[in-house]
Amino acid sequence: MLNGATFIRRELMIRIVRAFDDGTIGAELDRIPVKLRPKDSAASRCCIYRDRAILKYRLMAMMGVSVEDETDETRQLSSYWAEKEAKAGGGGARGTHPSAPLSVCGPACSGCPDAKVVSTPNCRGCFARPCVYNCPKKAISIVGGQSVIDQSLCVKCGKCVSACPYHAIVKTSVPCEEACPVGAIRKNAHGVAEIDFAKCIFCGKCFAACPFAAVMERSQLVDVLAAMKRGEKLVAMVAPAAEKQFPGKIEQLLSACAKAGFADVMEVALGAEMTTSHETAEFIERMEKDPKTFMATSCCPAWVNLVGKHLPDLVDHVSLTPSPMVYAREIAKAKDPSAKTVFIGPCVAKRSEARRKDVDYVLSFEELGAILAGRKIDVIACEPWPVERPANPTARNYARSCGVTDAVLTEATSRIPGFKLDAKQINGIDRKTCAMVKLYASGKLPVNFLEVMACPGGCQNGPCSLS
Amino acid sequence: MDKIKVEICCGTACYLLGAANLMAVEDEIPESLRDRVEVEARTCLELCEKENLGGAPYVRFNGTEIMAQATSEKVLERIAELAGGDGRDA
Repeated sequence: MLNGATFIRRELMIRIVRAFDDGTIGAELDRIPVKLRPKDSAASRCCIYRDRAILKYRLMAMMGVSVEDETDETRQLSSYWAEKEAKAGGGGARGTHPSAPLSVCGPACSGCPDAKVVSTPNCRGCFARPCVYNCPKKAISIVGGQSVIDQSLCVKCGKCVSACPYHAIVKTSVPCEEACPVGAIRKNAHGVAEIDFAKCIFCGKCFAACPFAAVMERSQLVDVLAAMKRGEKLVAMVAPAAEKQFPGKIEQLLSACAKAGFADVMEVALGAEMTTSHETAEFIERMEKDPKTFMATSCCPAWVNLVGKHLPDLVDHVSLTPSPMVYAREIAKAKDPSAKTVFIGPCVAKRSEARRKDVDYVLSFEELGAILAGRKIDVIACEPWPVERPANPTARNYARSCGVTDAVLTEATSRIPGFKLDAKQINGIDRKTCAMVKLYASGKLPVNFLEVMACPGGCQNGPCSLS
Repeated sequence: MDKIKVEICCGTACYLLGAANLMAVEDEIPESLRDRVEVEARTCLELCEKENLGGAPYVRFNGTEIMAQATSEKVLERIAELAGGDGRDA
């Protein structure tokens, strides 16, 4: 959804692409914050100087640099750029992938006050007092005709919030902490949000939730631009979630990618076809060995990270079948072993999976959009790409909740007529569904096939989706 | 009377910066004005050059008048103004 945070991010990305193409990026980077907040302009925060400082940090993250690791505050963006250019795509053992794909911009963080439930002057001190009667902790009393909540007793269950007919009781929130399903983001001693990367599953929910846009992605945008300029053969692997992200058809988007400088283009849905086939075979085999067990899907990287970091009992239940991205990489490498692969999708966590699975770069739909915008390519003006064959509809459907279940069920019934699938879906990971997953794992809830997608509705609603 | 021509820039920059939400404007035009307005999605109108990027998304009225940072509300308001007082409280 478009808001001030997405607007500024996209504007900066487009400016980076334009400056790169003009050959002025080295000097331009330092000027962008001043251009966006010139002398005497209106500030978004306390003053234009703070705005400029934050813009600088945004640009840093867009160059893949971690704001947390900054050691010299006087160092200019042009200097970071020069260092990047000197490496010329060399990167480390993991290519140019950042160690963690998220970074918090301290000066942008508002240090939101701790979540609590408070009574407002809208309280009429009514006779029925549903707040008092419904509070399980007896934390609410009426003082001078107004409800008062004893914070030492309140457990923030929110029962009074829904009980009040005047909407007089509200629950305040720390949006990032509330969005995080694993408690990985917390305010530090200075009252500024900090991510514990040992716990973080890179689902990107804090990134999407923060109203101050203090959580940023560490991007490979400039790495991709530089690789194109060096003449590397980049293959754009476009995720199935791309449908309806841009105007026009997916084949037109593939053409737009080719026009933007990718040497080859393909749908990741072709990889999804292979995932379906292998995952179905794996499922049938597991069920033959032990009909009482269950298997969980493996294509959502935030889910895989969740299991790896927080749910060790479930590791054996997660399918060993590689994700559509990994198979797409195999297809691209089989066609041209010298090709470098670029996954393009709506996902933050894919950046961590790509790092593990030797996919060279990841771009978000926003970043691809910025490249297309910077290079004046309109998707609707492009001819459809002549694909050898379009991907199977069930594979293109992977980006929707229930899509993987449907694909596996269709495949399994074609192999074994009458095949039964007791499938359940976790449609969005949050604290509640994390608890639910544990119930499935303990055998307290019946299931043999568990599809998990971290984003409600599936990848199409990922944190970096456009719509 | 000539139709009011509304061109919504759907170049990728404008699309990313808000035009994606503007296309629905057509359905929000009051019934009484509908046959007097022509809404068109256009490829890049080249208004977002360089420093004017922050002005996206752009909408053009009657071929000449440019609206920057367009929103559905602003576009509907301008359509009503161009149509004259008669269509406003339709």
